[in-house]
Amino acid sequence: MTHADLETAAEDAPRGTVALSARGLTKDFRGFRAVKEVDLDVAEGEVHALVGPNGAGKTTLFNLLTGFIKPTAGTITVHGTDITGKLPEQIAHEGVARSFQITSLFDNLTPREHLELALQGMAGGGMRFWRSDRTLLRYRGRADELVEQVGLTALADRPAGELAYGQKRALEMALVLALDPKVMLLDEPTAGMGREDVERTIELVRRIAAGRTVVFVDHNMHVVGSLAHHVTVLMAGEVLARGTYERVRTDPRVISAYLGEESHA
Amino acid sequence: MSAPTQTTARGAAASSPDAAPRGFLGRSTRRWLLLAAGLVLALVLPWVIYPPVAMDIAAWALFAVALDLLLGYAGLLSFGHAAFWGGSAYVAGLTAVHWGLPFPLAVLVGAVFAMALAWPIGMLSVRRSGIYFAMVTLAFAQMLFFVVNQWRGLTGGENGLQGVPAGFFGVEAVEREAFWFYYAALPMIIGGMWLAWRVVHSPFGRVLVATRDNPARARALGYDVDRYRVMVFVISAGLAGVAGGLFAISHGFVSLQEVAWQTSGKVVLITVLGGIGTLWGAIVGAVVIVILEDQLASSGFDGIGIITGSVFIIVVLLFRRGVWGTVADAVARRTGRRPADEAVGAADGEDGR
Ligand SMILES: Nc1ncnc2c1ncn2[C@@H]1O[C@H](COP(=O)(O)OP(=O)(O)OP(=O)(O)O)[C@@H](O)[C@H]1O
Ligand SMILES: [Mg+2]
Repeated sequence: MTHADLETAAEDAPRGTVALSARGLTKDFRGFRAVKEVDLDVAEGEVHALVGPNGAGKTTLFNLLTGFIKPTAGTITVHGTDITGKLPEQIAHEGVARSFQITSLFDNLTPREHLELALQGMAGGGMRFWRSDRTLLRYRGRADELVEQVGLTALADRPAGELAYGQKRALEMALVLALDPKVMLLDEPTAGMGREDVERTIELVRRIAAGRTVVFVDHNMHVVGSLAHHVTVLMAGEVLARGTYERVRTDPRVISAYLGEESHA
Repeated sequence: MSAPTQTTARGAAASSPDAAPRGFLGRSTRRWLLLAAGLVLALVLPWVIYPPVAMDIAAWALFAVALDLLLGYAGLLSFGHAAFWGGSAYVAGLTAVHWGLPFPLAVLVGAVFAMALAWPIGMLSVRRSGIYFAMVTLAFAQMLFFVVNQWRGLTGGENGLQGVPAGFFGVEAVEREAFWFYYAALPMIIGGMWLAWRVVHSPFGRVLVATRDNPARARALGYDVDRYRVMVFVISAGLAGVAGGLFAISHGFVSLQEVAWQTSGKVVLITVLGGIGTLWGAIVGAVVIVILEDQLASSGFDGIGIITGSVFIIVVLLFRRGVWGTVADAVARRTGRRPADEAVGAADGEDGR
């Protein structure tokens, strides 16, 4: 990390309680270092964007933060609790929920059933093999609210495999919401969406961000600019810059390294 | 990779009230009719078939249902289920021989043994999936085979455990006649199948199917996938144990064959032939294979494996989703409903070929 980086980091260090923090987070894939000593601090209530060119290590960082892969080195804390090395399901119960860049659903379950499953996942009770699955009906009310929140009411009983791309992304979002997380990690929530859906998603994230901490990855600078309080720029696994959107956007290194690449992408 | 095509834990009709206008009554009625037909068939079976064969069908049907719970709903292919069927057979046989327990109790002891055995095996094998899971379970089953074969003093080694009594509270008809034994054993068979049905249509069953179809997402939703897998593995072993115990006691002896890998293979064959992820398919498969083997054996033909193998290949090639899966699909198509209705499954991980 360069001196300039540290300065920026200090200036824009989040005030208030730190919700999510990583120190020296590193991941090697068979000798290839996908994430290099990343430090990250996200304040409670903040909406934080993680940007960087393809292959920068953003998804890998999310995978590290949510326990899907184990860090080679470094630590992760959530609201002061060390979650390094914990399993994904344990981290979910610590109040950290993630969405997937590549939509990851249960093709044969309807949106409603997805949400019932998610709600039960947090409430517990999934081990009860002696009960009727009608007990899941107790989550129906909340599930329907969530379905409505992401605009899927008309499709609530359609198998997810039959939904259109944008609808799947919406369901992906609803699943994260269903966990009622303190910290949400959204991996490219607007990827592949048309302008209208992008606007709707921005609105949705803004609404659900209230009272939560959000970290999201997005290649769409309009989305980043509309939502993020702070931005971290990742490049080849390293933090290249961080700060407010305005500051990062005008950072010459970022322009040459990232935005330059974006413009002809 | 494994993106199973058609399956769901679509549960009670109540969970999909949307289906009500068109399909609710029809489907529900059909389900009850099916159940009634199954029960009637189970009750008349020893009248139309040589009673010991009827008992074999019942035991293998429960065994296959137990395997289907694991294979069809959790997507785990165990190639070592003989350990639970056979392990329980020996324990049930031994308790009947040495303690003189009435057979239902002996069978329960055997099933408990099978579950106790399945716990550590499950813990060690569910970390793997696909072919590795199959190999690990096979390896454990082979270890049990080795122990049983070596421990001659207790198990009789290659001679098997002889003279297992079918004690039933002094009711001589049951203790002596296969016909009546069948009826005494039937409640345990049906009870086991009911339990499997209950598991499939429970909150647990929903999670199980989710862990099968998309384990990463299930974990992201807070589910400890391995715990669910171990649990279903143990339940499956318990049911396999009930089946194996009843099988052994009905025969009056326990053969080394019960813990051999061929037995693990046969139950997989039966289940896949019938159609995985349906429970009914496992029963159909058992009826077909056990009757076929019996017919061939009594005709003096000694190439049984060739015939059952060919039947298996033909069925799997013609009906990729087994007999039951294919029929259920056809019915669903004709009534214009989602074929996934009965969790007609293909957790075979062959990305929709
Ligand atoms: N499991 C893995 N094994 C080996 N290499 C991996 C693995 N996962 C990711 N990588 C590599 O790590 C680098 C970072 O990938 P990552 O998916 O984190 O990038 P990203 O910033 O999310 O990119 P994108 O914007 O395209 O989503 C890439 O070079 C990728 O090939
Ligand atoms: Mg990515």
